[in-house]
Amino acid sequence: MLIKLTGGTVYDPASGIDGQQQDIYIQDGRIVKKPAEEVKVDKEYNLKGKVVMSGAIDMHTHIGGGKCNIARTLLPEDHRQDPVMRSDITRSGCGHAMPSTFVTGYRYAEMGYTAGFEPAVLPINARQAHMEMADIPILDKGGYVMLGSDDYLLRLLTAKKDQKAINDYVAWTMQFAKAIGVKVVNPGAISAFKFNQRKLDLDEQNSHYGVTPRDILRVLATAVKEIGVPHPLHVHGCNLGVPGNMQTTLDTIQGIGGLPMHLTHIQFHSYGTEGDFKFSSGAAQIAEAVNKNKNITIDVGQVMFGQTVTASGDSMLQHANHKHASPNKWMTMDIECDAGCGVVPFKYKDQNFVNALQWAIGLETFLLVNDPWRIFLTTDHPNGAPFTSYPHLIRLLMDRSFRNEVLSTIHPEAQKMTTLASITREYTLQEIAIMTRAGAARLIGLKDRGGLSAGNWADITVYTDNNDRQLMFEKPDYVFKDGQLVVVNGKVVSTKWGTTHTVKPDFDASVEKGLKDYFNRFLTMKLANFKISDDEMTEDGRGSITVQPLKGDVA
Amino acid sequence: MTEITEVPSPFCGIGTDDLTIRVDGVSLKVLENGCAVNTPAFEQAITDTSPRVDGKEVALDIAIAKAAALLKDTKLPVIGGCATDVNGMRGLLALADRCGAVVDNMNFTGARNNFLALQDSGWMNTTLAEVKNRCDLLLVVGTDLEAFAPRFFEHYLWNKEAMFLDNTSHREVIYLGKTPSGEASTSPGGQKAQVLECATEDLPEVVAVLRALVKGQPILATSVCNVAVADLQAIADKFKAAKYSVVTWAAAALTYSQAELTVQTLSEMIKDVNNQNTRCSGLPLSGKEGDQTANQVCGWTTGYPARTRFSRGYPEYDPYLNDSGFLLANGEADALVWVQAFNVNAVPPATDLPVIVIARSGMTFTKQPDVFIPVGTPGIDHAGHAYRMDNVVAIRLKKLRDSGLPSTAEVLSAIEQALNKETTC
Repeated sequence: MLIKLTGGTVYDPASGIDGQQQDIYIQDGRIVKKPAEEVKVDKEYNLKGKVVMSGAIDMHTHIGGGKCNIARTLLPEDHRQDPVMRSDITRSGCGHAMPSTFVTGYRYAEMGYTAGFEPAVLPINARQAHMEMADIPILDKGGYVMLGSDDYLLRLLTAKKDQKAINDYVAWTMQFAKAIGVKVVNPGAISAFKFNQRKLDLDEQNSHYGVTPRDILRVLATAVKEIGVPHPLHVHGCNLGVPGNMQTTLDTIQGIGGLPMHLTHIQFHSYGTEGDFKFSSGAAQIAEAVNKNKNITIDVGQVMFGQTVTASGDSMLQHANHKHASPNKWMTMDIECDAGCGVVPFKYKDQNFVNALQWAIGLETFLLVNDPWRIFLTTDHPNGAPFTSYPHLIRLLMDRSFRNEVLSTIHPEAQKMTTLASITREYTLQEIAIMTRAGAARLIGLKDRGGLSAGNWADITVYTDNNDRQLMFEKPDYVFKDGQLVVVNGKVVSTKWGTTHTVKPDFDASVEKGLKDYFNRFLTMKLANFKISDDEMTEDGRGSITVQPLKGDVA
Repeated sequence: MTEITEVPSPFCGIGTDDLTIRVDGVSLKVLENGCAVNTPAFEQAITDTSPRVDGKEVALDIAIAKAAALLKDTKLPVIGGCATDVNGMRGLLALADRCGAVVDNMNFTGARNNFLALQDSGWMNTTLAEVKNRCDLLLVVGTDLEAFAPRFFEHYLWNKEAMFLDNTSHREVIYLGKTPSGEASTSPGGQKAQVLECATEDLPEVVAVLRALVKGQPILATSVCNVAVADLQAIADKFKAAKYSVVTWAAAALTYSQAELTVQTLSEMIKDVNNQNTRCSGLPLSGKEGDQTANQVCGWTTGYPARTRFSRGYPEYDPYLNDSGFLLANGEADALVWVQAFNVNAVPPATDLPVIVIARSGMTFTKQPDVFIPVGTPGIDHAGHAYRMDNVVAIRLKKLRDSGLPSTAEVLSAIEQALNKETTC
């Protein structure tokens, strides 16, 4: 079937198209060149006056894995306020802070998103992450495997094994956990918490291993680069949420020595200690460092006001933050000599000084970082806010008067502590398209996604231009996933299953010798039973695996 | 005849995956690393291979059509048991969503003690590998641990070496409540577990005093339910001295009303210990009859654990009102679907309602169900996934033999498809 999208105004930063009127043709799930005159168009959509972008990609969203399901279990009262009915084509479920898997897929698609990436896949829990994501309809997905507090890596470091040994281990783990990236969460600190350490600065040693977060960041960032994984090491830094952590973040940027590094939910790591409340914005300094260091990319982790739940691998700091739990219930878990997690419900309040300033710090960061190819739109769903708040966030970025209107309603002391009112920048549609499409695809290393030129998969979102950007981005006219029309006027009209994006970096087979011995002596499953097979992901007939090229592969 | 090694078990809950099993046609023999739970569960013979309708053997499609016909006009069918693998639960939840059923895992009433505590105040927990490598003090509350999981001690406490302990046989084990039924908790060096015995229904009082002592509250009494307060004080002191203590309990063993408050007191006590400059974690025991699997898959599909109804078109969780025993007894339910792919002894509850049983071959009935479809067992007849007790690790179950039995998922999906051909359910 040949589909023609006629006369839309196209924003396709991947090919440098910035608001030009263009026709797009779709055949067999992909975008194709304009066919010969005599080829019959089976279905035509008149998109004159409409805005056309590729499907949006959320490069950091907690949508699958143990802590997500714990967060769901913890909050029945939140689900009850947002029940979702079944229909002839969709499953029932629940929404709000941590939606059920099916509702996650529908609601992302209904906002024009066609892919989401889970940033905290514990190797030992990877099976669950993939099984949950396999029940998210429409979206493509993938995961970043979490390393850095796993005892195997820490033992390698203490034993002063060479970088090659680390590279083999990282590549092996990525292959068998079916990952597309590597994430590190509070490097070494999840382990340190198990030894009863309650904080760990960049240069502070894990009390058992004598290894510092700086060491861990360096070897992992090097490994990711050397094994050819396109997505740079994805870093949730030290001291999340701690006033003054801006300096830690600046030191982390400095310490990585020019290696590619992605700093995630940087808003939570951009705090100073000035002012009456000893809590201030470090966004300007962080943005300056990001602007200067081209090896650094960031996503923001914007905070929005309202009830949500924080679900993190950072058991150390989630434990420290439990006193802010609202409602007052929380959990942490030490996990399998591999990692940990903590789930703490949060209610961000605009009349709370700290929350209000967190909101402003996120927006300052968005507006002060110059290069939209190196900054990404996230709320760290659900930690800063549920992903359903993205259209509101886009309006805050694109509409200065609206932004200042909201700013004037937040805690008055927070208003005094932010430069937000004086920042005139408004994001353009092209910049939004870069952050949420072309840039995200490039950052993750997705070939044939995030662009609208011929050869790309036909993940396409069509909006009606509207000065109220929230309304515009809330309700796309059409969303196509792999060429299939899945959303009309902001409602799912058909569903399908997306693919799971992975990479397969090479490793020396001898790496399994040490691992097998380690599994037998210290872990609770056999090495062979740890490995996730391709079959597991595809045997029910709806999942599929897409292996993305490594850096240096011939495309 | 073949021998298969490193076989994972969905039966014992602790994720044992070192079994060696000999396969001879469709009969299995556990050759190595069996136990009182796993060996009979693997060796259970296949009896029925044909479905039955009203006690008469029929082809699978006839049985499926009959099941769909029975469900077609129901207002509140109940799907009980819910003992199957991940794909089985996916099929089960899709069917429940389709016919507005109540989904109720057979172990939920026990598990509810944990869910209510988690959903009210939370907890700090750990997993088996952490126990294996770190635990220096284990407090077992109200549970006969070796009867629950015969190989727990061998695997996770008396392992030869641990990453963070010099000598694993120096670990200390204390029982509060039940006395252990055997010697598994005695260390390889011969050190017996300390036992502070009390009646199960006295645990709320004893545990409350223990928590008070952990918090440093003065207790004037010298004994509580025949347990010396001095002995409880000694446990509190040991928590503070330990580097990584672990408190374990089986929610289902706390067989008295409002036992969730005991789980909550224990969990809050664990949090208190963590505020005293050391670490301590909980380790809830479960993982039987696919209970963790049911709650996990129901969790991501609906947001709620596996005692959830779909009768209004969307999931509604109620840990009391959705109790299938209650719904069957008081006439609210109008059909029962019993799903039990693991255990032939876990038969459906007695009822006069239409009954559809989708269960492991070998199950026998005092009263023939309207429809019985024997299915394969995950981890024996087909591959699959099951969660073990600590909820983090999903084990990959192997297919060991070709029995020709369909999987739970295949049968439940076929019933859903058959219903879709009808007008409404």
